[in-house]
This record gives sequence, structure tokens and C-alpha cells, in this order.
Amino acid sequence: MSKSLFDGTKEQMDRLLDCIAAHSGEAGALMPVMHEAQSIYGYLPAEVQTVIAEKLNIPLAEVYGVATFYSQFSLSPKGKHQISVCLGTACYVKGSDRILEVLEKELKIKCGECTPDGKFSIDSCRCVGACGLAPVMIIDGEVYGKLKADDVWEILERYMKG
Amino acid sequence: MTVKELEKIAADKADLIKVRKIVREQAEELAKNTGYRKQVLVCGGTGCTSSRSQKVIEQLEQSFAELGINDVLIVKTGCFGLCALGPIMIVYPEGAFYSQMTPEHAKTVAERHLIKGGEVVKELLYADTVHADGSIIPFAEIPFYKHQVRIALRNCGVIAAESIEEAIAAGDYAALAKVLTSMTPDEVISQIKAAGLRGRGGAGFPTGLKWQFTKDAEGDVKYVCCNADEGDPGAFMDRSILEGDPHTVLEAMTIAGYAVGASEGYIYVRAEYPIAVERLKIAIDRAREKGLLGKNILGSGFDFDVNIRLGAGAFVCGEETALMASIEGKRGEPRPRPPFSAQCGIYKKPTVLNNVETWASVAPIILNGAEWFSSIGTEKSKGTKVFALGGKINNVGLVEVPMGTPLKTIVYDIGGGLPDGKKFKAAQTGGPSGGCIPATHLNVPMDFDNLTAIGSMMGSGGLIVMDENTCMVDIAKFYLEFTADESCGKCTACRIGTKRLLDILKKITDGNGEPEDLDKIAELAEHMKTSSLCALGQSAPNPILSTMKHFGDEYIKHVYAKKCPAGVCKSLLSYYVNPDKCRGCTLCRRNCPVNAISGEVKAVHEIDTKKCIKCGQCISNCKFGAIEIK
Repeated sequence: MSKSLFDGTKEQMDRLLDCIAAHSGEAGALMPVMHEAQSIYGYLPAEVQTVIAEKLNIPLAEVYGVATFYSQFSLSPKGKHQISVCLGTACYVKGSDRILEVLEKELKIKCGECTPDGKFSIDSCRCVGACGLAPVMIIDGEVYGKLKADDVWEILERYMKG
Repeated sequence: MTVKELEKIAADKADLIKVRKIVREQAEELAKNTGYRKQVLVCGGTGCTSSRSQKVIEQLEQSFAELGINDVLIVKTGCFGLCALGPIMIVYPEGAFYSQMTPEHAKTVAERHLIKGGEVVKELLYADTVHADGSIIPFAEIPFYKHQVRIALRNCGVIAAESIEEAIAAGDYAALAKVLTSMTPDEVISQIKAAGLRGRGGAGFPTGLKWQFTKDAEGDVKYVCCNADEGDPGAFMDRSILEGDPHTVLEAMTIAGYAVGASEGYIYVRAEYPIAVERLKIAIDRAREKGLLGKNILGSGFDFDVNIRLGAGAFVCGEETALMASIEGKRGEPRPRPPFSAQCGIYKKPTVLNNVETWASVAPIILNGAEWFSSIGTEKSKGTKVFALGGKINNVGLVEVPMGTPLKTIVYDIGGGLPDGKKFKAAQTGGPSGGCIPATHLNVPMDFDNLTAIGSMMGSGGLIVMDENTCMVDIAKFYLEFTADESCGKCTACRIGTKRLLDILKKITDGNGEPEDLDKIAELAEHMKTSSLCALGQSAPNPILSTMKHFGDEYIKHVYAKKCPAGVCKSLLSYYVNPDKCRGCTLCRRNCPVNAISGEVKAVHEIDTKKCIKCGQCISNCKFGAIEIK
């Protein structure tokens, strides 16, 4: 596990410890704790995994195993604005691969990466269930549907400033 | 809570719900009993929420305050099914069906329709619900709804999704009361068996038998589990049920708990469905408050409670043994069966696992009887099936039809056909484990066995329509990319097999395919089918095999002629200037990033296909449509 520059605050750590305490003794607590840890830190750095492993009394290897198995757990930080392009079948048939292509070109990063200034990260996902609006992308939880390649830039611009 | 108290809640709100279900004249009469002059139902499902239905609700509230309207009830419901036209809003007692609402539209409807003495704003209604002469067609009679029989979706889009009182008034928990007060566990199981209910998650295993095996299994602790890890991209019925009628799932799980002797249940739901998770959490809290989950349910002495576990984006967790490993907090890897989960499931205890749609079919069977349920559908596939219509089809959305309904009815009568008058090429069912149904099989009755017979499968009910612009080799590649990505890596056949199959498909779509590649695919597919550990690997070759079977000529053209007939596979395309259309404006030449285009002003231009990188700049710049792809 590579060491990243970890800059978690004490407040974040307190929240993590509270969350672990709330789940202590519960069978199958690891995944719920990791979900919450990711929402506290935005990702699961080695330091956080170590704390989870120690407090839940689970080998770190197992925690790391779970963290790397599921695509929603991330070991590296995400951008301030997280973009996710749906590559589910309904969106794919309606050209969502084109949308992803345009995003990659505009932001000059590949899917799965984060821009050097930390502003945007792009990921793909498999179906958010908004197939009626295909093709869709999600930015910070907001869904943009019935997209055309030309719309992408205009939508991105709204997030450029913030 | 006692059964009497449950019945009182149902009676108190009964008229409120009835107004939404019966014909206009009676509804108008009934509305007088409800205390509300009108009810406005706004869809709060994922589809309509994504098209900003919350803003419509906020605007309505604001307009009501400004106009002094205080006798119209706003109800935020689950999905109505017609997602492509969202946000959708229905006004009762008229049953006026407004589509593609914006906040401005909502303001107009409030001012002209919802106000006292107001009238329906016809120009904002969904066009299919208005006759040529201007009279309104009840929406239940328009083609999209007319052919449907809604059992699992019966309350979706009818009740306020977060209100347990409305759920009870619409009939939820009545089946549980019946089971706990008047049926033995054996009677429950035999009724489910007699109904012929089969699992809606894909494999179609008889639900009653599953319950029986779990009941018969030895063990002091048993579990009931709900598979809401709807991983098939393009299927969203489970999500809609959880968003629109979460209590029916809790009720059915409790009934199963009573039948098999379990007092604890787990719902494993995708984290990608935040609204469904939220509604489920609210539903569980409300049910606990009312004593419909927890200790001594309805005074029967029976205890049952439900926990939620979130997935984290792993398709393989839809497989039952992988799902259970994930619930235990481990990597979601499947294990060999037997032992089956009925004997050895969550924490090695006997576990009954059903899919959301299956759970949603349980209560109606208990209330209306096995005979009623088995009278719907075909000989071996009883009841109804929900399909998620998507892709190149006009009415994208969720439909529930009797098993055995011909594909044609679903695509053309309900789905409204393909956009832009395009020709139907194929429908894909069963997602990454399924196959494609070609136009020659448009009359196929959609049930478990007929779909398997033509090389596809029911799967969870995703139904993606494809037109002539879809390349079947590319679609097979798309699915293999998916399974190669989602293979958990535990067994060799799937881990390496999916990668190699994908390699071959990439080679073919890149224009480097060789004749023996087609034989290699067949051989590799056979090995994967027989030696993969779980259904993911066993069924991963299906999308290739079925497209090769029904669209073999496309593979041949890709391999031998190096052509993509649908014009999708970039490496196999060439760009040409149509001399009849070219005006010699030089725009394409000036925009070509690699200087592949030559030509003088007012003379026909030419593309050097050796230099061309097929970026498409010339097509998007040409004002005369003179650039063609062959």
C-alpha cells in the first residue's frame, strides 16, 4: 500500500472513531464502517484503513482486500467536483462513450483520474437507474440527462468557478 | 399495534387512495370525503428527480401559498413508469396527466387548474392523453398503460412513498395480518408454491421451493434476505419498487420469516441508489414505530427485524453466495455450490434469498390466492414480469405485463416503437448474462422458457432496444468489457476467459480479425460455460454467442470484408465526400486537424483515407451533409 500525503484533521478522526464505536461488536461491520469512513475523508487512505483494522480487530490485509475489491472504495483522493459518466447499456446505446471522450479531452485527464489542480475527477459507473434520461452524467450527485456532446462544456463551465 | 389498529389506519385513508384508482365520476364523488378538493401526485422516483421534479413540488407549494390554496394535497410518489416524459404530475380526481413539467408549468397549472373553479391546462398534458377533439383520455387507457397488469408495481406512483399510513391504506401489511392471524407456516409455503411464483432476479427458481428448503433446513438461527443489488445495467425495476412501495418488501420478508422460522432479515442494496436507500431506511423506522417490525408483530408473538447492507459497486455481488459474503463484510467472491444457501447462507445459517420484484409479488398472492396469480401468465411462468424499457425506444420506462406477452406488444404497443422511424434490429434481455432477440423473433412470448429457447434469458428484466445504427459486434464487446471488468478473479475460467474473449472482439472490431478467431470464440465460450464457478462466468459468453447466432453475417463482414455495416467500429470506417452534395466551401479542409482533405474553392473536395484519423471534425463542420461514412 503506497503512502499518500495524508492530511486528515482531528475532527475527521473523531468522527471515524465514533462511527467505529457505534458499530463495535456488530457482525459484518467492516463495509458499513468503510462506507462512512469514505464519506468522512472522501477516500480510504492507508492511515484510515489501519485505524479501521486495529479498532475492528480485523487484519489490515483483509481491510485492504475489501477496499480494493469494490469499485466504490477509492484509495486515492477524488476531485472537488466528482464527475461520473454512466456507461450502462441504455446510456451506451445512446452514445455515453462519446460524452466520456469529450470530458476526457476537455479536462485533459483519463477516466479514473483527477485533474492536477484537484478540481475535477472523472469516473464511469454502470447504471444509476435514470435510463429514461440516457445518456447521463452525474456531477456531485446532480444528474444531467439527455446529454449531447456539445452540452458538456457548458455544464463544466458552471463548476469551473466554484 | 393490533390488527384492529392496522385496519383502522387502512379505513381512515381508504378514500384518499381510492380517488387515485377509480374512474373520474366516482372519484369526484369520493374526493368529498377526503377533505381535499384535489390531489396532485408528483413523481419522486430517480428518473423524475433527476429531471428536477423536486423543483416542481417547491413551485407548487409556493404558488399554493400565494394563491391561498389550502385544500389541495401534494403527494410525492414513486415511479409512474414513463420516465422519458418526466417530471410527471397527475391531478386527481380528474386523472389529468401532465408530462415534462417545469417550475413555470407548475405555476401555470396551479393558477389555471388547481385554483377553485380551475380547468385542466390541456396544452401541458401528455399529448397521448388528449383526443383530437380536445377531450381527455384517462391515462389508464392510453397504449402505454392499457396493456399493463401491475402487480409488483401496484402501489408505485399511487401512494406517498414515505408514508406508512398511505401504504397501509393501499393494502400493505394486510397480507401479513392474514398470515399471522390465520395461516400456518406450511399453509403460507404451499400457497406460494401453488401460485407458481418463480424468482424474478433472473434464474427463475420456484420461490415456494426455496422457502420450503430453508424451512426444512436444520438450524437454530435462520435468515431472510432481499437481493436489491440490481447490477444489470439498464434494469431499474427493483429500484423503483424500493422507491415507490418499500413496505411491500418489508411485509413479504416478514411473511417469509414467519414461514421459514427466521427472525432477522437483511436487505442488500446498491449504494448507487441513494433515494431507494433513504426511502427504505424511512420505511424500516416507520414500521418499527408502528410495531410492524420488531417484537410481537401485530400481537402474534412473532418477532422479526430487518437490517440494510449497502453494496459498493461490485456486479458479482448479485450472485447469492457473493452477496452473502459481502453482507458478512468480506470481499464479495462467490463460492462453489452445494451447499446451497437454503442450508448454508449468511454466517453459514440457512437463508432464504429473493429478489425485490419477487418479494413485491408475495403479498398479492397471499391476499388474492394462488389460483388468481396462476391464472395470469403462461403454463410454466406465472404472474407478471416488470421490464425496464431502454435504448432506442420512444417510451423509455418501466412496464409490467403478464408473462408470455409478445415482444412486439412491448416494443410497439407499449413502448411506442423506435424514434425517428428507425427499424427494429434487436432487443437485448438479461443484461451481461443474456442475449439479443432479432426481429425474426418479435412474436416471441416473453417468459422464462421461451427466452432461454432462443438463446437469450429473462434476467432481471432489462430490455434494451437497438436499431439499425447499433453494431452487434460492438455490443458484444461492450458486454465483455463489462464482465471482464466485473469478474471477481477467483476462478481461472472467468478471470482469463473474459479477458481473452474481449481481446478477440477488440481484434475483430479493430479490423484485424482472422477467420479462426470465430472458432476460438466458440471453443473458449464452451470452456467458460462448463468450468466457471458462478453464473457470472458461466453466462459471460452469452452476449457473443447469441449475436453470433442471430447476426453471424455482421461478424463475417467484420472479419472478412473489414467492414462494419452499422457504421460504428471506427477502425473499419472510411470517410468520403459525396460529390453530389459538396459545394466546395473549404470548411472541412480548414478544420481537418491532419490535413487529410484537399480541394479548391467551389470544387469537390477529397479525403485522403490514408491520412484520415476519423475524428469526425469534417462531419460536424459540413453544412451540406456531404461527408459520408462507409
